[in-house]
Amino acid sequence: MFQVRIHGRGGQGVVTAAELLSIAAFLEGRHAQAFPTFGSERTGAPVVAFCRIDDRPIRVREPIARPDALIVQDATLLRAVNVFDGLGPDAYVLINTARDLRELGAAEALAALRPERVRTVPATALAREHLGRPVPNAVLLGGFAALTGVVSLDSVCAAIRQRFSGRVADGNVAAAERAHAYVSATMKEGVDA
Amino acid sequence: MPAQEIKFYQTGSLVVGNRLLDPERRTVQADMRRPNTLTSGHRACQGCGEALGARWVVDAAHRATGGRLVVVNATGCLEVFSTPYPETSWRVAWLHSLFGNAPAVASGVAAALKVKGRTDVRVVGQGGDGGTVDIGFACLSGMFERNDDVLFVCYDNQAYMNTGVQRSGATPPAARTATTQAVGPEPGNPFGQGKNTPLIAMAHEIPYVATATVADLRDLEYKVHRAMELRGARYLHVLVPCPLGWVTPSSDTIRVARLAKESGLFPVFEAEHGEITSVSKIRRKVPVEEYLRAQGRFAHLFGDPPRADVIAALQEVAARNIRRFGLLDEEG
Amino acid sequence: MLRQMEGSQAVAEAVALCRPEVICAYPISPQTHIVEGLSRLVKSGALAPCEYVNVESEFAAMSVAIGASAAGARAYTATSSQGLLYMTEAVYNAGGLGLPIVMTVANRALGAPINIWNDHSDAMSQRDAGWLQLYAEDNQEAVDLHIQAFRIAEELSLPVMVCMDGFVLTHAYERVDLPEQRQVDDFLPPFAPRQVLDPNDPVSIGAMVGPEAFTEVRYLAHRRHLRALEVIPRVAGEFADAFGRESGGLVRPYRLDDADTAIVAMGSVLGTLKDVVDERRGHGERVGVLGITAFRPFPFAEVRRALRGVRRVVVLERTLSVGVGGVVTDHVRAALDGAMRETSAANGAAPYLWTVIAGLGGRPITTASLHEMIDRAVTERLEPLTFLDLRRDLVEREAHRERAAERV
Repeated sequence: MFQVRIHGRGGQGVVTAAELLSIAAFLEGRHAQAFPTFGSERTGAPVVAFCRIDDRPIRVREPIARPDALIVQDATLLRAVNVFDGLGPDAYVLINTARDLRELGAAEALAALRPERVRTVPATALAREHLGRPVPNAVLLGGFAALTGVVSLDSVCAAIRQRFSGRVADGNVAAAERAHAYVSATMKEGVDA
Repeated sequence: MPAQEIKFYQTGSLVVGNRLLDPERRTVQADMRRPNTLTSGHRACQGCGEALGARWVVDAAHRATGGRLVVVNATGCLEVFSTPYPETSWRVAWLHSLFGNAPAVASGVAAALKVKGRTDVRVVGQGGDGGTVDIGFACLSGMFERNDDVLFVCYDNQAYMNTGVQRSGATPPAARTATTQAVGPEPGNPFGQGKNTPLIAMAHEIPYVATATVADLRDLEYKVHRAMELRGARYLHVLVPCPLGWVTPSSDTIRVARLAKESGLFPVFEAEHGEITSVSKIRRKVPVEEYLRAQGRFAHLFGDPPRADVIAALQEVAARNIRRFGLLDEEG
Repeated sequence: MLRQMEGSQAVAEAVALCRPEVICAYPISPQTHIVEGLSRLVKSGALAPCEYVNVESEFAAMSVAIGASAAGARAYTATSSQGLLYMTEAVYNAGGLGLPIVMTVANRALGAPINIWNDHSDAMSQRDAGWLQLYAEDNQEAVDLHIQAFRIAEELSLPVMVCMDGFVLTHAYERVDLPEQRQVDDFLPPFAPRQVLDPNDPVSIGAMVGPEAFTEVRYLAHRRHLRALEVIPRVAGEFADAFGRESGGLVRPYRLDDADTAIVAMGSVLGTLKDVVDERRGHGERVGVLGITAFRPFPFAEVRRALRGVRRVVVLERTLSVGVGGVVTDHVRAALDGAMRETSAANGAAPYLWTVIAGLGGRPITTASLHEMIDRAVTERLEPLTFLDLRRDLVEREAHRERAAERV
């Protein structure tokens, strides 16, 4: 089972991200379970969503305490919330930011992880460019596909098209492809972006 | 007093053999084959205004719909005295659910009939003032607001009679009830409370709102027919004296209802979509005191000392109604 | 057809497949997505003929359903928590009148204090209302139970509550297999009422029944309710034949055959329990799970049979009977009562029976806590009543504060 935890703020489509990821896995014939923590999600408040992916039916329903991968949609959370809670040393981390990883103030937590598994991607900028709105959720999934290979970019794009239509779908797909390329490139270079 | 159109039926008798009246203008009660939808054997008190009103209303609805009728009844006197298991007095399809939900249940029946393509079958919901004005009020308003195809009839005897005469939102000022006792400096139901449910119904702008009393049963019957010509939410508010709760002789029910209207305390009118379309004018105005004296629930106003102040306040209520609804012509 | 979708949407589509004729909708978290989904289906014409009534309260919702059902229409509504309490009078009324209404209860805690998250206290509050209660383990079962519910309700002429954990199931995206319309039509014939409001054949429904007949009427209701013990498994069997999967029924034993220790539970926690139990079995422990799918009528005989030979029974409850403890526990105790002599305990003692109150107000039930609970169960170190994951520091601080206030 592969467990993903997504952190963001209310209004950034965190829950949708988990759902899209689950659809991507479903389209590949796998089992997937996505659900949010059910706090009062006012805009701007920290929000967490979860996605489990497995080849067998998923029966467990607790919040993901030990994620295999973390997606952080809003880097300001790094100083506010312990997003790294429960992360094992082999976990993947994808952070939405245009800044350098070292500037994020999470050096200690990141030091415990494998550097090639920690990536950043400027998903908000990509979203603004291709969508006209700073909604990075689907964009990040393109980067996630590149980083972990748990789902393919094609599946991510198919999930986007299932959920959205018209220009919104086109924009998200384009941005997700860009994010995928971006993360793939940084992985090839072996650079901590 | 100015001339007022007198309907011919008022001068003829209502018996079957009245050849002076067209068949359709005769009351259904004059027909040997009248439906008797509320048939004999029920357990109502002698002189019950509600039993009289309900029989006329449902019989009229039965004629207007060719018998294609379903009736939904709230908990209350009418339901209790008409269906003592294993007997029933109802000869129509009839459902009783709860005290506070008759309008909603009626809406449900109407929805079912609609979905089955049986809009030829009409729905009447009915209940007392308690079930309509108080505990059923939210459901009533919801039915109005959705414009569901239901005629809802409130038999208003101005208190919760079935449970022993407790005050409701329809209880008039100064009336004695078990929960507004005739003691203390302000005996009876306080002034400045209560709801005018017909006006509230009008505020919903539903297709038809009317008031009536059991003193003019032909008028009541006409209003049911009128309501059944229309579709959507309709409301009929009928004053039905209760000999027990009003403390009146059982033979006085119709007379007291007439006094309520002729004093101006109970305006009789029709409205469509929030606008008054007709008013039944006062024919021979009486002072409220004549109406109040007829009922033991107001006896404390005539005791020692008499409460002329309260009577005057009630007279003012009547005067306001007369002004507001145009119950008297100027010269009257 | 396999779909990846939100539980609420899956239920909406499943209900639509059952061709409801009157749907009453009033919003309350966490069921609202269900009625929203149905609204879209009716408004677009996809679900027709159907009257969708936006009612003014839950009390009105159940009342409209009562009128509709009595007039011969297949009626449906959904609610949770406070809404279920608000319609309680009408819930009992529908139960007593024997109207085959189906209602989804997206289980949510009852206030005060107000809490919008999952537990079973809402449905538990209506356990005596004469409704059947079925609890879904996952969203697939939630879909399947609704289809079975209409069948069961109309066969028995009794209302059925389909319970699914609020948020945990309603808001979870997972894979479900939604049947085809044709399959559901074959399984669920049109509603043929036992009695109906018909101007051509008038009856009076809802008479006042006095002391001379009330007991008999209630006895007959009780007897009809017990017939569900036969109808529910039969319908589940027919469902399995028609749709090709096991779903519903009275109880669901998991690895109980040779178990020493059993955890009894209802609803979505069963999934987590099964993972935990698999892990324990991997270490050689003889632990099993008994899922209860039908809480009403309570399947005493099936529970007794399933727990035969078990020495330690933990009843994991998502509800609290204030001042008493568990609710399901007493049902299990009654089921075991007659079977005490049948246990294979060495000294012939009755099995241990412990209550663990968990998941109140949406607190997650974690595998870690369940492991700890089972550790204590297998070593017989559980208290008769435990509140799982109770924050002792918080309660002690409050108790201390109260004592200080009293002394002043």
